[in-house]
Amino acid sequence: MFTYILKRILYVIPIGLAVSLVCFSLVFLAPGDPLSAILPPDATTELIERLKADYGFDKPLPVQFGKWVLRAAQGDLGTSIATGRPVNSEIAKAISNTFMLAMFACGIGFSFGLVFGFVAGYVRNTWLDKVVTGIAVTGVSLPHYWLGMVMVIIFAVLLDWLPAMGAGAGGSDAWAWDWEHVRFLVLPAVTLSFIPMGIVTRTTRAVVAEILNQEFVQALRAKGMDSLGVFKHVVKNAAPTLLAVMGIQLGYLLGGSILVETVFSWPGTGFLLNTAIFQRDLPLLQGTILFLAMFFVVLNVLVDILQSIFDPRIRR
Amino acid sequence: MSSTATTPLVEVTNLSVHFRNADATVHAVNGVDFTLNAGEVLGILGESGSGKSVTLKTLMRLLPEKKTTIGGGMRVAGHDVLSLDRAGLIAFRGRVASMIFQEPMLAFDPVFTIGQQIAETVIQHEGVSREVAMARALEMLERVQIPSAKRRLEAYPHEMSGGMRQRAMIALALACKPQLLLADEPTTALDATVQIQILLLLRQLQKEMGMAVIFVTHDVGAAVEVSDRIAVMYAGRFVETGDVRTVIRKPGHPYTQGLLAANVLPGTGIHAGKRGDRIEAIPGAPPNMVTLAPGCAFEPRCKWAEERCGTKVPEPLPSADGGAAHLVRCVRAVA
Repeated sequence: MFTYILKRILYVIPIGLAVSLVCFSLVFLAPGDPLSAILPPDATTELIERLKADYGFDKPLPVQFGKWVLRAAQGDLGTSIATGRPVNSEIAKAISNTFMLAMFACGIGFSFGLVFGFVAGYVRNTWLDKVVTGIAVTGVSLPHYWLGMVMVIIFAVLLDWLPAMGAGAGGSDAWAWDWEHVRFLVLPAVTLSFIPMGIVTRTTRAVVAEILNQEFVQALRAKGMDSLGVFKHVVKNAAPTLLAVMGIQLGYLLGGSILVETVFSWPGTGFLLNTAIFQRDLPLLQGTILFLAMFFVVLNVLVDILQSIFDPRIRR
Repeated sequence: MSSTATTPLVEVTNLSVHFRNADATVHAVNGVDFTLNAGEVLGILGESGSGKSVTLKTLMRLLPEKKTTIGGGMRVAGHDVLSLDRAGLIAFRGRVASMIFQEPMLAFDPVFTIGQQIAETVIQHEGVSREVAMARALEMLERVQIPSAKRRLEAYPHEMSGGMRQRAMIALALACKPQLLLADEPTTALDATVQIQILLLLRQLQKEMGMAVIFVTHDVGAAVEVSDRIAVMYAGRFVETGDVRTVIRKPGHPYTQGLLAANVLPGTGIHAGKRGDRIEAIPGAPPNMVTLAPGCAFEPRCKWAEERCGTKVPEPLPSADGGAAHLVRCVRAVA
């Protein structure tokens, strides 16, 4: 068990290196020069050379990559070209906003998904199962930016219950845990929760139905276990698969949804990435992608470890 | 709850089980009668689809209720099994009657340890603490002769061999000292040497604990090894019932005769014929269980079939030379 966990954690190093290489080189595959965006059109050659030297763009790519990784490993992701501020502080704010949004969306999506999925799995092929499955399919199929706009129209414009955009009154970005701020979370979080809800429902239903068909469930009934006793077995058997699915969904949401964050003007990573791309802000782009990718990797390791706690067969 | 010495432990009368689905009704069991005394072992012998496993599962009410129609009556240790409510069933299963399965790998939950799975049964039925239940689990594992039982408590099913798993399954089934053990082909998935060990263990435990056993198998050798009485099942009916000796030596039903000719020599596990001899197979295929023939279900495959065989199902009557306890459903065996 312990060696398994240690192994999983050590795997992060090569994966992390590979991920950072991809992040780094992806940006150079795209056309355009980051400096041309901030330089005046009539800039002298010396000025261009000086700026290139300042940002390290004059070195060969492998050297740039090496330096970048070394600094990133120490927690320094460089300086944003557009704002001149450290990438770290730019990302930190956006990440915490997206994180909050993702956690809320997952909280809503996973709870409904799990309840729906278990119910449907237990009563499969009944009308209730069909209703629940219908909701799940709808949740997965709705384009969420469209859903976001519909929500805004209904709850912000027509009913005027909730704010339509931003993360605080008057566009302020100071966050506090009170209703004045949390109400800004509701619409984007609910909008984002539909896809994880649908996916978790469908997965749970399939997994639960499959488990209930297994012989050991009949054996459990044969030894006199009550419904709750059988349910515990179903949960523990379903847990590894469900954790994997939920981990991936949480990862996706943490990446920030560019579309939904744009619809709601939510100052998160999706918003940030969008801006970085348009401004050709290479360090910011690389840093954000790297951070998100590493988060995904770490999340997967966590899921792996959790899975192994539930299912002993995974440890080998 | 009273089960006196005079009333049998198990009384099954005219049991029928039909499965309904969208386009057909499958007549899995069609009028099974038998009684079983405490401490007695009944072997139900039959081929796949003869209804023997269904009979066992019906005794535990394990079949999906919505799709199954059960007729007739079943009493086990004073319980009217068919009228038990949910709570009654929970108390009945695992405590009064217990079951072991063909494939122990599938019958154990893969993500709980053997110890946990035995202990939870004890906790469910006796409401004892986890420590007491675990102690019972250990005691049971020792009882079924699992080496280093203490370590095996912590083992997961996939960490054990097939024979060990079946021993553990037996330990689980017997943990709450049931009066009746239902064994659904418990040796079929095991290799030959392990089969014998499991059969001997079952026989030994049955004697020690004085419980009744219904042992379902298609293996004549296994049935002979453990049973006091044998019932041969064909197309959802007991076509022949009697004590082991009589059924094996003087099989009265043509189907039993065919089974014995096609099977291993009882008790040895070796085929009676020599190498190179043709094995005598029963011609034809098992009957369609959707549309039952009006007469004897074996009639189409029987080499002695006469005109009267196809008109009505023969009653189980004492055979000509087997005594009153040897019942055969064949018009030829009685006359």
